[in-house]
Amino acid sequence: MTYQPQKDFGTPESRSNEAISLTIDGRNVTVPAGTSVMRAAAEQGTSIPKLCATDSVKSYGSCRLCLVEIDGRKGTPASCTTPVEPGMVVHTQTPHLAKLRKGVMELYISDHPLDCLTCAANGDCELQDQAGAVGLRDVRYDVQATHLGQEKDHSNPYFDFDPSKCIACSRCIRACDEVQGTLALTMEGRGWDSKISAGFASDNFMGSECVSCGACVQACPTATLVEKKVVEVGTPERSVVTTCAYCGVGCTFRAEMRGEQLVRMVPYKDGKANRGHSCVKGRFAWGYAQHQERILKPMIRASISDPWREVEWDEAFAYTASELKRISAKYGRNALGGITSSRCTNEETFLVQKLVRAGFGNNNVDTCARVCHSPTGYGLKTTFGTSAGTQDFDSVEDSDVILIIGANPTDGHPVFASRMKRRLRGQDGRPGAKLIVIDPRRTDIVRSPHIEAQHHLPLRPGTNVAVLSAMAHVIVTEGLTDEAFIRERCDWDEYSHWAEFVSQARNSPENLQPVTLVDAEELRAAARLYATGGNGAIYYGLGVTEHSQGSSTVMAIANLAMATGNIGRRGVGVNPLRGQNNVQGACDMGSFPHELAGYRHISDGDARRLFEDDWGVTLDPEPGLRIPSMLDAAVDGVFKALYCQGEDILQSDPNTAHVSAGLAAMECVIVHDLFLNETANYAHIFLPGSTFLEKNGTFTNAERRIQPVRKVMTPLNGLEDWEVTQRLAQAMGLDWNYSHPSEIMDEIARLTPTFAGVSFSRLDEAGSLQWPVTADAPEGSPIMHVDGFVRGKGKFVVTDYVPTDEKTGPRFPLLLTTGRILSQYNVGAQTRRTENVAWHPEDLLEIHPVDAEDRGLKSGDWVKLASRAGETTLRATVTDRVAPGVVYTTFHHAVTQANVVTTDFSDWATNCPEYKVTAVQISASNGPTEWQEEYEALSTRSRRVEAGIPAE
Amino acid sequence: MNTVERLILMANQIATNLATDDAPIAAVADHIQQFWDPRMKQLIFAHGTDGLSPVAAAAIGRLADAQNGA
Repeated sequence: MTYQPQKDFGTPESRSNEAISLTIDGRNVTVPAGTSVMRAAAEQGTSIPKLCATDSVKSYGSCRLCLVEIDGRKGTPASCTTPVEPGMVVHTQTPHLAKLRKGVMELYISDHPLDCLTCAANGDCELQDQAGAVGLRDVRYDVQATHLGQEKDHSNPYFDFDPSKCIACSRCIRACDEVQGTLALTMEGRGWDSKISAGFASDNFMGSECVSCGACVQACPTATLVEKKVVEVGTPERSVVTTCAYCGVGCTFRAEMRGEQLVRMVPYKDGKANRGHSCVKGRFAWGYAQHQERILKPMIRASISDPWREVEWDEAFAYTASELKRISAKYGRNALGGITSSRCTNEETFLVQKLVRAGFGNNNVDTCARVCHSPTGYGLKTTFGTSAGTQDFDSVEDSDVILIIGANPTDGHPVFASRMKRRLRGQDGRPGAKLIVIDPRRTDIVRSPHIEAQHHLPLRPGTNVAVLSAMAHVIVTEGLTDEAFIRERCDWDEYSHWAEFVSQARNSPENLQPVTLVDAEELRAAARLYATGGNGAIYYGLGVTEHSQGSSTVMAIANLAMATGNIGRRGVGVNPLRGQNNVQGACDMGSFPHELAGYRHISDGDARRLFEDDWGVTLDPEPGLRIPSMLDAAVDGVFKALYCQGEDILQSDPNTAHVSAGLAAMECVIVHDLFLNETANYAHIFLPGSTFLEKNGTFTNAERRIQPVRKVMTPLNGLEDWEVTQRLAQAMGLDWNYSHPSEIMDEIARLTPTFAGVSFSRLDEAGSLQWPVTADAPEGSPIMHVDGFVRGKGKFVVTDYVPTDEKTGPRFPLLLTTGRILSQYNVGAQTRRTENVAWHPEDLLEIHPVDAEDRGLKSGDWVKLASRAGETTLRATVTDRVAPGVVYTTFHHAVTQANVVTTDFSDWATNCPEYKVTAVQISASNGPTEWQEEYEALSTRSRRVEAGIPAE
Repeated sequence: MNTVERLILMANQIATNLATDDAPIAAVADHIQQFWDPRMKQLIFAHGTDGLSPVAAAAIGRLADAQNGA
């Protein structure tokens, strides 16, 4: 397909159900009431010249180019600000309009550099297009003063700002305000002095509050804001619609290409998860795909003390299969296992778990959801009957109260956060939704431009269940429950048991205040607001799940939603914000050791038989090992081989010393990844992986939306990841013959009732589908539990608060909680290999001024972070975002390895690690810890490649 | 912490969190049956009841009996 930008309708779509018919240039058109004349014209294929209008932001009416004539009206109104009316007769091309437009364009061009042939936007510039459209042939003005020759701002690593090319249309400002919600940009000066400015006049883009989401670049009609990559390589010549491989929002992008070279990723306006928006990661941080440290040849070695030896694929597969067979023969089939990746596609994940169950002959398969959302799986399946969020992202537009607990959406899920912020700000006279934030830190969304949480409950880490019990206490004892909903939808006896429990005086906010440190009156007010404020929607993240009571907290959230009737319609619900792009999918695909695809327990004979008949094998009816149990078994000497696809457990999993001991005890660690990651330091076989740009498949985002991932370039390593797993299975003697991932999806659909209606051709038609996709719901299910819960009656579960075993004391008096930051992703393997390091070059320790002063520390000081599990060093930043007694850091950098200090404590039901609560001490430091020095030496040794060519 | 010590901790943690269930022993037994791999079960059966809370011990005893056909 020849390159075409996505069609721009000029003004946003109207949601009205009322239809209005009018005539534009002699042709009838019918559009929803509230549509602008400009958009109505665009929908019938008439292009009215425009510059300040674009359909991602509200109309502005400043450029005076989109003027039209309307029968019966005086003058020439701007079509972007004029709503359609019944029977209206509009003329978009008249001699009078042509003269006016030409005059306007002449003025614009008189103050614009005429360097079109050498301009980065040549051929993709609206100013150029409109000059052509209005027939401008010369400029009569003898220009004395211009805005030309101004200094460019190159400070952002991904885009340039050239004020000389700016036409002051303010599209960038409005995109930052309305789409992103950061309000970083402003118009400095007035009239002739007008100039776009990032923050203060003294700021450049990098020094401002700009979060580099790219909305301004996308909105700019000229080359004023332009991607550096476009400057470097030129404009694209084709585009392919695909899905981002970063967080669980799952943004749809157009990968805009020149041949096999990616020029830019542009958010796709028809993407139902992101609605045309993006963040700094998906929009810009894809340079890792071509990074020089990518490993492109398979490598093997007998021992981790040996250097790597590059081999051809055939040798790699033969050697891997022979090692796996040798270990199975020597130690038994249960000595083998695999880990699937939430960064890989559904099809790849499905194949890895199939290889383990059908090839290794056991159920020792787990996924990185173990360390993030496994409690969501347990909690929501127990209470509602299925392991998934209840809403689509659009649902937030109908929310009246948004309750965020243990999530930091502006950093972790930025594109959805922008949607949420838009609802919180209110729009077009509609008041914004109310906001409750339950988080130990004052996250950005607590107070940001035009947004202020009604209630921020800064609880002590580890007391989520106590806070939710106290909220339930208020709701039940003050009679704020939705009894009709409960009687119709839920088990009344279970509800009564739960209501009796939460009503006990010991669960009152006042009684629990010493435990939670949350002001009782504030908590009461928050509970009342959630129960009575209209549509109440709960969004939660890893601050809920990564606790010793993670599963209990998920169930406590579900209890609150059911008790208040906030389930089963738009605007409400229980919504886990998934960490990685395909956490939902990895869980759906049967990656857990106790479950087959579609969340059916391995002991379920009927479900097992379905797979056995399809695969021609007998499956073990007993659950297999979880990741932490695999490591325990390895240390015990009975677990010997691990196939790890697209995960870096050494950096991401807790208690690094224990993980490394487990890995070191294995005889065959197979790492299938893009880079020699930290786990690969302990690997014997390295199988190079492919990026999301190099393969076909699907990802499933946090709203259960199955979306196509499309190959836009040939894999540099030669094989897509599903092909690697298939070749390994074939080498082990399995008769697999998939020729395309669509055939794997056909198998998934055949074996998984909730995916019954899914196929690549259906996804191509629909763009995306939200499971369940069944005969009853062939177009998918945006909202779940509409007419009743999947399990039948909603189940109230009593969740008693149990303090964690991780205690503070004199040696470790502070509580560490960990998380992530906007510019980096997970273990940083991808984002650290991009220019995103400009924003976050190292992990920092946030510490409250009081705690810092007690220790004589100031921002920028190196500090030792020590726990009962281990110690590391990093630099401190002193901030009151964290409460006294609480410290916070990220885990993006292998040099820091924050997980050296996190412990083995975990969720009681799922063993999800308790990352969010570690008792620590902070002290001044003058150098790396012994662990850091030893580990650095190990990494250097382990990454040697034979023939003296360093792999990294 | 060795594997058996960790299993004791896990079993007790499950028992504590299921203490409010109508039938806590059955609930703990069911949880362990559903989520622990066979070796973990064998290790805790072989360990006995030392360090286990009464509910955890009873649940594990019940599972061991079921396995032994008692």
